Amino acid sequence: MNYSDYIALIPLLPLAGFVLLGLFGKKYFRRSSGYIGVLILVMSTALAFYTAYQYFFVSGKVHDTYQTIIPLKYTWLQFSSGTSINMGILVDAISVMMLVIVTFVSLMVHIFSLGYMKGEERFSTYYSFLSLFTFSMLGLVMASNIFQIYFFWELVGISSYLLIGFYYDRPSAVAASKKAFIVTRFADLGFLIGILILAYEGGTLDFNTLIERLTNTQSSQYINITTASFLGISVMTWALTLVFIGGAGKSAMFPLHIWLPDAMEGPTPVSALIHAATMVVAGVYLVARLFPVYSINEAALHIVTWLGAISALLAALIACTQTDIKRVLAYSTISQIGYMMFALGAAKYGGEAGTGFTASMFHLFTHAFFKSLLFLGAGAIIHAVHSNEMKDMGSLRKFMPVTHITFLIACLAISGVPPFAGFFSKEEVLLAAFNSNKFIYSIALFTSGLTVFYMFRLYFSVFWNKQREKHEPPHGISFTMKLPLIILGAGTMFIGFIPFGKYVSSDGKLLESAFHLNFSIAPVCFALAGIAIAMWMYKTESNRPHRVAAAFGGLYQAAHKKFYMDEIYLFVTKKIIFNLVGRPAAWIDRNIVDGTMNGMAYSTAKISGWIKGIQSGKVQAYAMYFFIGIIVLVIIVLYLWK
Amino acid sequence: MWNEYLQLMKAELMVTIILFILLFLKLGKKERETVPLLHFINILLLLNFISGFLYNAEGTLFGDMFHTSKLLSLEKNILNLGTLIISLQSFQWLKTHKHIPEFYMLLLATLLGMFFMLSSNNLLMFYLGLELSTIPLAALANFDLDKKISSEAAMKLIISSAFSSGLLLFGISMLYGTTGTLNYHELSQQLSGSPLQILSFVMFVAGFGFKFSAIPFHLWTADVYEGSPVAVTSYLSVVSKGAILFVFVSVLYQAFQNIAGVWYNLLFIISVITMTIGNLFALRQQNMKRFLAFSSISQVGFILIGITGQSPEGSASVIYFVLIYVFSNLGAFGVVSLVSAVTARENIDDYKSFYKNNRALSWILAISLFSLAGIPPTAGFFGKFFLLLAGAGTSHISGEQVNYLLITVAALNMVISLYYYLRIIRAMFMDGNDHPIDKVKASLLPNISFIICIGGVLLIGFAGGIYEYIYSLVK
Repeated sequence: MNYSDYIALIPLLPLAGFVLLGLFGKKYFRRSSGYIGVLILVMSTALAFYTAYQYFFVSGKVHDTYQTIIPLKYTWLQFSSGTSINMGILVDAISVMMLVIVTFVSLMVHIFSLGYMKGEERFSTYYSFLSLFTFSMLGLVMASNIFQIYFFWELVGISSYLLIGFYYDRPSAVAASKKAFIVTRFADLGFLIGILILAYEGGTLDFNTLIERLTNTQSSQYINITTASFLGISVMTWALTLVFIGGAGKSAMFPLHIWLPDAMEGPTPVSALIHAATMVVAGVYLVARLFPVYSINEAALHIVTWLGAISALLAALIACTQTDIKRVLAYSTISQIGYMMFALGAAKYGGEAGTGFTASMFHLFTHAFFKSLLFLGAGAIIHAVHSNEMKDMGSLRKFMPVTHITFLIACLAISGVPPFAGFFSKEEVLLAAFNSNKFIYSIALFTSGLTVFYMFRLYFSVFWNKQREKHEPPHGISFTMKLPLIILGAGTMFIGFIPFGKYVSSDGKLLESAFHLNFSIAPVCFALAGIAIAMWMYKTESNRPHRVAAAFGGLYQAAHKKFYMDEIYLFVTKKIIFNLVGRPAAWIDRNIVDGTMNGMAYSTAKISGWIKGIQSGKVQAYAMYFFIGIIVLVIIVLYLWK
Repeated sequence: MWNEYLQLMKAELMVTIILFILLFLKLGKKERETVPLLHFINILLLLNFISGFLYNAEGTLFGDMFHTSKLLSLEKNILNLGTLIISLQSFQWLKTHKHIPEFYMLLLATLLGMFFMLSSNNLLMFYLGLELSTIPLAALANFDLDKKISSEAAMKLIISSAFSSGLLLFGISMLYGTTGTLNYHELSQQLSGSPLQILSFVMFVAGFGFKFSAIPFHLWTADVYEGSPVAVTSYLSVVSKGAILFVFVSVLYQAFQNIAGVWYNLLFIISVITMTIGNLFALRQQNMKRFLAFSSISQVGFILIGITGQSPEGSASVIYFVLIYVFSNLGAFGVVSLVSAVTARENIDDYKSFYKNNRALSWILAISLFSLAGIPPTAGFFGKFFLLLAGAGTSHISGEQVNYLLITVAALNMVISLYYYLRIIRAMFMDGNDHPIDKVKASLLPNISFIICIGGVLLIGFAGGIYEYIYSLVK
């Protein structure tokens, strides 16, 4: 079979599901809409896996290089004599990889929701929104031109708006959905302007032609876009930076990350799908899609690197201080996406220098698995104890063995403990950073230690820690909720062994994964130390930090040696991380970043109140303004701005 | 020879014939059943719309005063469509009104004026059409005969438009004084860009700005929109505005190409303040009609960006956007008009929990607002994108720095506008209300209009052929 025979079905099936469930779900499929949604996704997923098989093992390679194939292309309209707007499907290594991730995770979430959302009044609406989201996300990853990607980009924003605000009778959910929509839309305006610049300078909207023209240093388009400048910075850098801002908004990079923690107001499986595995990596995907162009522009690439590294670090610090289980995971997502970003920024096009690209995509791939597993696990926990707060949990390992084991696997994976998935991808990311910039590498290494600490802090507080009283056992979870956990858990155990460089690389050629045992020692030691600290502090219910604090006052001699270690731990975790860095980081997050946004809204309201005074209702005043308007305009065009 | 007149003035003649039929209806029996009468008139308007697709010729008449082409026929038919939709939507309101034939006679008289304005090849002819399309509008604004606010709206409209016409005429006469011609082609050769010409040109543009409510010439808009019957408001904000924008593009591109640098700067300024201030006003409105009025002001700011493109794409994207705007704005106005006619409630707060009793109407309003906000997959998304894409191509012609600053302002304004459109959507779907609007029953004709509007909003974006057709005509 050719790709063109079936590939369009992958996104169109969920679209059909959306239309079907959206229009008729309430009336005819009240009960069965979940199964219909799952069935449709099973078909889509099967086709996506088949596509991946075809591409990677049968027909994707020509002369040992993976090709970019456009199986479907349809000129949708001729905008001007030179520029046409097309609708097409692009198949290359990263789009196929994303296809697999999106359909697979979406399927898991569909199955999980059967149990989680059972009994919801708007059950069928929920599934129709899920289908809409899946459709838009698939459209986004398969887009063959920049207009199409923008179209689906916005559509993804809407479906996420609908899903975050799903509990529309909760004011916090309504506020969160609006915040997410407006903040990402704010970032999208950068994207829009970037697109317009690229489209205008490149004279085309198609990715292939655009990349070809803008990477060929001889072409007239390249010469134009690099020589033209605005405010002293070349238009090329502007365009790429603006596009990246759009990506940073969707991917919740600092300082545009503020919407993501709030977005946790949506149903938890939605967070697993949208805010962990798929939509939030759209920004990374966008940079990867245009990577050949980014790779020849140092300045834009630096912005990507640094913003990625800063986000990774800050989000990890904040995650250490959070008590809401979903917020910890949300910040951890931001941190991990930061990893993917700086890995991209550290890469060059082609060959060994392209390791960062492969590493970034590899980390995206493994992260989708373990992070959706974490979120689904969190969903199961919340479902069982009816609370998001870590203090309401504890000792859950006895009541929820499946959730416990899978959650542990995911925690080990995100910590980079071998042989779980995260280990392999994180090693590559760190290696890429090490080879490009030692400072970034040290940030990354430190962040990975923090990651381990906060993840195991979460793990021990939820599953160990205090004794749960007998008379309030938490609810069990249904089979439909266990199944996705088990599948994802198994995936997280084994996907790390995929030789990723063989399939995904910046130039499509085979890249041998450079795996150095020596290099892994430092990260793994960091990971084990992080686990140990977290275990010591949170495994059993004790006020160990407080006890140590008391010891700090009087019993210094009694436990000299041990206390010396304690003090370091205490100082590093409780004093430095919590008070000196974590709290201020959280404070800046809450007051400065959020405050700026609120301030903008306030001043907008003020100005519009002032302008409203002009609208007095007196016709003679209107005539006067009219006349003044003419005079001012004449003065401007005649004298001030010719 | 008569044959030629019949062919070239087909659109105008069709409207005139309907006008005469209405006149005879009025002359006949004193009291008529309103419902059959309205059905009959709507069928006439439908026939008029259909005939707009047939036998469209190109040519000039009256010594180059009047010209027509395929493009102009298309533009006229877009206006026909808008009029038809508004007529369908006003059914609920006119059903109980005593003066139906008069309403339509006034309405069609303004439409006729717009047609002449579109077909003008000469500033004199243009002015004639402009006045014909303005004066009956003032009478229409007064058509809620027992409401004081409606009379006030009419007075404000007629006084303000007299003022703006005066300045416009002043501008035209000075243009004539400096160039010795009123014909577009000759004008385009004679213009030299002297200060006096620029002064008169600004006055000329201000006259246009008044009609399409560009800031600072917009001040009449909110009062008139709020006071007039909703059907008239939607006519003013869609058909009248669309017509004047069509004329504006073609006059600028044809007659004033010589001083493109001047009007580029002028449009830049007007566009920025129109978008921004229109949006800031819209943020604060409590009345639905005023809200739509201000949001439509900021839409004009976007349209001006397309015009600054100074290219066939600019012209095509403006026409394309106006077509989309007809559907999306009338979808929104249709719901507001229906609710206002049935329940007399017009405030945004009244729309809280609207979804509870009126599911279909809520979705219609929501989709229309999404389209106005430019969110995919609605047509408004495509329309706005094309306007900006056309605007980005400016340096193509003038060799200046590309229009990025303007586009940045536009993109920022898109975010602000999203904010207030979401406010309405939030009120309808999410906010609670102790006394939500009861179920509003729509008759057949308004329902047809909703189907047309929503169909248009959802499909036009994907029918690439429509844009290509417009583009082929513009080239």
